[in-house]
Amino acid sequence: MSDLSAKPVSALGGASFDGFAKVREIGPLGMITLRAKPGTKGLDQAVKAAVGTGLPAVRRMEWSGPADTGRGCGWMSPDEFLLILPYAEVSTALAALEQALKGEHALAVDVSDARAVFRIEGEKAGQVLAKLCPADIDRLEPGELRRTRVAQVAGAFWAGEGGYTLVSFRSVAGYVMGLLSHSAMAGSELG
Amino acid sequence: MSTRLSKGGRLIDRTAAMEFSFNGKRMRGFRGDTLAAALLANDQMLVGRSFKYHRPRGIVASGAEEPNALVNMGAGGRFEPNQRTTTTELFDGLAATSQNHFPSLDFDVGVVNNYAARFLPAGFYYKTFMHPRPFWKHVFEPIVRQSAGLGKAPKERDEDRYEQAYAFCDLLVVGGGIAGLQAALIAGAAGARVILLEQTPHWGGRAPVDGDVIDGAPAEAWIDATLEALGKMENVTLKARTMAFGSYDHGYVLAEERVADHTPGDGRPKKRLWRIRAAKVLSAQGAIERPLSFAGNDIPGVMLASAVRDYVVNWAVSPGDRTVVVTNNDDAYRTVLALKGAGLEVAAVVDARAQVTGALPAQARAMGIRIETGRGVVKVKGGKRVTGVCIGLQAGEGAVLDEIACDAVAMSGGWSPVVHLWSHCGGKLHWDRRHHMFRPDPARPPITHDGSPMVIPAGAANGALSAAEALSDAAEQGVAAVKALGLKGRTTPLGKADPVEEAAMEPVWIMPQGAGPKLKMKMWLDYQNDVKVSDVQLAAREGYTSVEHTKRYTTLGMATDQGKLSNINGLAVLADALHEDIPAVGTTTFRPPYTPVTIGALAGESRGEIFQPLRRSPMHEWHEAQGAYMEPVGLWRRPYCYPRAGETHEQAVHREILNTRAKVGMLDASTLGKIVVRGPDAGRFLDMLYTNVMSTLPVGKCRYGLMCNEQGFLSDDGVVVRLAEDTWLCHTTSGGADRIHGWMEDWLQCEWWDWQVFTANVTEQYAQIAVAGPDARKVLEKLGGMDVSKEALPFMTFVEGHLGGLPARVHRISFSGELSYEIAVPASHGLALWQALIAAGADYGVMPYGTEAMHIMRAEKGFIMIGDETDGTVIPQDLGLDWAISKKKADFLGKRGQERSFLASPDRWKLVGFETLDGSVIEDGAYVPEEGVNGNGQRNVQGRVTSTYYSPTLKKGIAMGLLKNGPARMDEVVEFTRMSGGTTKARVVNPVFLDPKGEKQDV
Amino acid sequence: MLLLECPYCGVKAEETELAPGGEAHLKRFGPGSAPEEFEAYMFARKNPKGVHFERWRHAYGCGKWFLAARDTATLEVFGTYPAQTSEPPADLVEKIRARRPDWKGYK
Repeated sequence: MSDLSAKPVSALGGASFDGFAKVREIGPLGMITLRAKPGTKGLDQAVKAAVGTGLPAVRRMEWSGPADTGRGCGWMSPDEFLLILPYAEVSTALAALEQALKGEHALAVDVSDARAVFRIEGEKAGQVLAKLCPADIDRLEPGELRRTRVAQVAGAFWAGEGGYTLVSFRSVAGYVMGLLSHSAMAGSELG
Repeated sequence: MSTRLSKGGRLIDRTAAMEFSFNGKRMRGFRGDTLAAALLANDQMLVGRSFKYHRPRGIVASGAEEPNALVNMGAGGRFEPNQRTTTTELFDGLAATSQNHFPSLDFDVGVVNNYAARFLPAGFYYKTFMHPRPFWKHVFEPIVRQSAGLGKAPKERDEDRYEQAYAFCDLLVVGGGIAGLQAALIAGAAGARVILLEQTPHWGGRAPVDGDVIDGAPAEAWIDATLEALGKMENVTLKARTMAFGSYDHGYVLAEERVADHTPGDGRPKKRLWRIRAAKVLSAQGAIERPLSFAGNDIPGVMLASAVRDYVVNWAVSPGDRTVVVTNNDDAYRTVLALKGAGLEVAAVVDARAQVTGALPAQARAMGIRIETGRGVVKVKGGKRVTGVCIGLQAGEGAVLDEIACDAVAMSGGWSPVVHLWSHCGGKLHWDRRHHMFRPDPARPPITHDGSPMVIPAGAANGALSAAEALSDAAEQGVAAVKALGLKGRTTPLGKADPVEEAAMEPVWIMPQGAGPKLKMKMWLDYQNDVKVSDVQLAAREGYTSVEHTKRYTTLGMATDQGKLSNINGLAVLADALHEDIPAVGTTTFRPPYTPVTIGALAGESRGEIFQPLRRSPMHEWHEAQGAYMEPVGLWRRPYCYPRAGETHEQAVHREILNTRAKVGMLDASTLGKIVVRGPDAGRFLDMLYTNVMSTLPVGKCRYGLMCNEQGFLSDDGVVVRLAEDTWLCHTTSGGADRIHGWMEDWLQCEWWDWQVFTANVTEQYAQIAVAGPDARKVLEKLGGMDVSKEALPFMTFVEGHLGGLPARVHRISFSGELSYEIAVPASHGLALWQALIAAGADYGVMPYGTEAMHIMRAEKGFIMIGDETDGTVIPQDLGLDWAISKKKADFLGKRGQERSFLASPDRWKLVGFETLDGSVIEDGAYVPEEGVNGNGQRNVQGRVTSTYYSPTLKKGIAMGLLKNGPARMDEVVEFTRMSGGTTKARVVNPVFLDPKGEKQDV
Repeated sequence: MLLLECPYCGVKAEETELAPGGEAHLKRFGPGSAPEEFEAYMFARKNPKGVHFERWRHAYGCGKWFLAARDTATLEVFGTYPAQTSEPPADLVEKIRARRPDWKGYK
């Protein structure tokens, strides 16, 4: 009887905050955790098929187009990659990965719904993160994916056009939004 | 009296007048004043009462070392006690009140302590509040509490906001005086990433006040030029109003920035805590002048000589018309020159040295100033204000040779380098016999992660006290820092100060040196804690030979002082009393913070809504909208129950249970941990992890499993699902997901790294909903999309498909004992599914139920709960879970631990059920006592309750618990303790109270 | 606060990004082991003042366990290395010997 619309809902429904930097919850974004050791047969092709990129170097993001647009692959650990793609394409991509890695030791799982994604934009967007993360934001290298602590929770971020993208777990999205809003308040610029 | 001079004041803006109040009295000051300067300009010398004797106290210093002038600032949500007036910038509307007095600052009844001072010696509290023991709570404690503490704690919620920030640099330069500026310039020019911190709003430190000449011009010109040069360097960050208060391991330094202290209510954070990681720290913290110990050295109007000239030069404030300068060194003559330069009278200089020969005294002599050599102050006259000094021979015992009228006394006992950042992290000191001071020992520096020195001291902080020495030392240390960073120094023009010839100081620890007990009882070492020369000497006589013990016994250098003013004089007095050399006695340990840090800054953003992360399920808002009463489960918030209008929580829980048992209920189980385990060795791995066998679980089936730690104690439990030939999904407890995932990764990475297994924690990917009750199936069927019949989806199986149009995995597992489905959908669809189920279930009377209903229903079924039935000392065998422990497996985590002989003892406490004889509920935490007492004289016990509830289903109290040899004692009646006294009688029964054959869940 | 470089991802992580895991290079004793062996595996820890080998997890980063050699008194860090080894790498042992000639070795 039920006819549920299959429209996914992000954790905060696109909440936003305007301070000296602009904070927006975006998403849901398609995300796949791919665990495989580099050198696994078919891995490069699998990633290529799923998101159109090569395998990223240690702590780097690869994008199939201009940075931070649509499809990409990030280095999470020596045997873990984060694939980013439009939410609706996840099941197709998972199937492609499964196909390309058939018979190999690998694990690909959908984690799109386990995450919350934020954009922090503005000239001083980095300061918002500098207030929360024990990471040297000013020395973030081009294309670097930094996993670290965001106040009391785990997070990962990278720089893109005009700001940063930050990923956290979904259950703490409200907490992270609170942190980012607190840190972005007008008048609290670090200089 | 103290007053504002008509001219001068390098830091004040006379065009910007400001109003403020002190104890309600309206006063005026200028922008650029510190509160202390403005108070003095308004002749408010008396600012507080001392801690123990309530003696009148005035402003002594001009910086962070001020011991007396601590005031309450603001009111209500902005009330802040213990603020040092010397570091508080004046702002329009500032309202301060004095503290530690009753009923008023001018008239304080607590001053009787002063007259009773001879009855309040060192260690008074330790000696007095000992016996009789019953007096502790009702007599001694209230007295101690009443008199303890400096200011009063704020009562209202802090209206201000605070934050923290992380910063990274190659070189952190602490101190914006000429040494810090010089070193920063060198490092900056060499390309180092430099952060330069200055505690005050102004750069240049003491040099402009001391009249130093750099590169042939007044110091200010060089300071301005250097600041300009630093400002142009992109690799250099300058931060004023920022106090580096602690250095920690591996180049970690904490600093507090006063962002909006002086502009309250402007919306900016009041303070910001900087967490700085520096490859090297250059400490150019300067030095602090030492007081001299003479009788009455605490009477308002007695100030540090350097502070007197600071007030005159920086703020055009005269501390008094006629000042007597007391010294043992040449530097104090700079105060003489400053006072004379401002047109003020210097009644005399009392110099303890027999020979006074330096260039500065010569200038004073040329001005015709009376200089009394070889003399000391015998005592200061006055009560709330200095009226004069009696002088005598420094070498004598206190015979008064002359009396000099004055309204201010400027004292200088020499200088102590500020070594706190050097010492916080283990840097050692050595005693400089020329300047009679402790200074950093370059052979024993604090070290950083690579074993190299972490802190580089420079300038006065390194014992280079004069401007000329400080600049040249800073240049040397700056170059050393650049080299230590592996950079190549580039030449930059360095400042050079004109040397001023200064004669040696003479150590003077007591004035006069032969003073008797009566004078020593009025010689203050620590103004704030009321510690006198006589107290330290008493401590030594009573056997306190260790400086650390003496500190605690006398309270010398405690509270905000932390040894800044009192340390060296106190040590010297102790050394003298012990007939030891000062370096042999040593210093107390320097610990952070150097100056007090507000708790708000340490808390930073962690308050209110974001005090700590709250984990919310995808249905959280729905629960809240329904008025659910939430309870914390780890960091999650879960509905405890959903009370309706007029219902108590207990009534709500009972309604939810009865409805679930009779019709159908729904539980948000999204918080359950979910970990995917995949790989050729995944089965073998899970067989090691769980006590039972998971490798044989058929695809499509579910199996309950237990996990133990290596000691064999139960650590987690949950249902394991085999998703595919090489893939399992492990459910963990709600609080256990991260821990168990970490546990799996630990074994895979550190022990069995050659096994081919990958894990992924997908806990938050799925919203999970339990639909339980006799009508559960009908609700799912109404949503449609998959066959959920007994035949298609039997008990302990699962199926993947679409339910109501959503991609779902539906498990037939039950924690309530009812026909139950646990449905997992992507979290983004969780709320939609929840609402659809509520709608679909309406015809069947569906109700949501909370965690308490879940707990009671599982207890009715005798299902254990990790954390209730287990406490880290319980093995599965204790809980009658032998069936879930494989006998066939050669090994699993915990197997060896469980083989330990004591775990096989028949006396183990084991799980049983309890039913009270009168139907009442056994109290939470109740014990079953046994005859006799243990070795500690405590009553023996033979068991305890682990879960106890009123069962609305069975309409009586039920309980589970651990009882010595319990399963062999069925039907025995035992007695449980009650908090109110007496016992509750209960019969030992099977812990499964409801449907022991499990027929209801398997339909 | 300690600073340790994760050997997997190269991040110089501060202590708050890491989770401590106690002494490194313990040998596991399972079923069939003697009580003394099991006791040593379970409870006996070196707790030295001086050179020590420890387990750390880059918990807020790549999630990997690594091992670190440091001086527990001075906090000097001699090196970090991946956890997939039963003994410290030879070059690290060499380095520690050079820095601490009195060191008795890791066993």
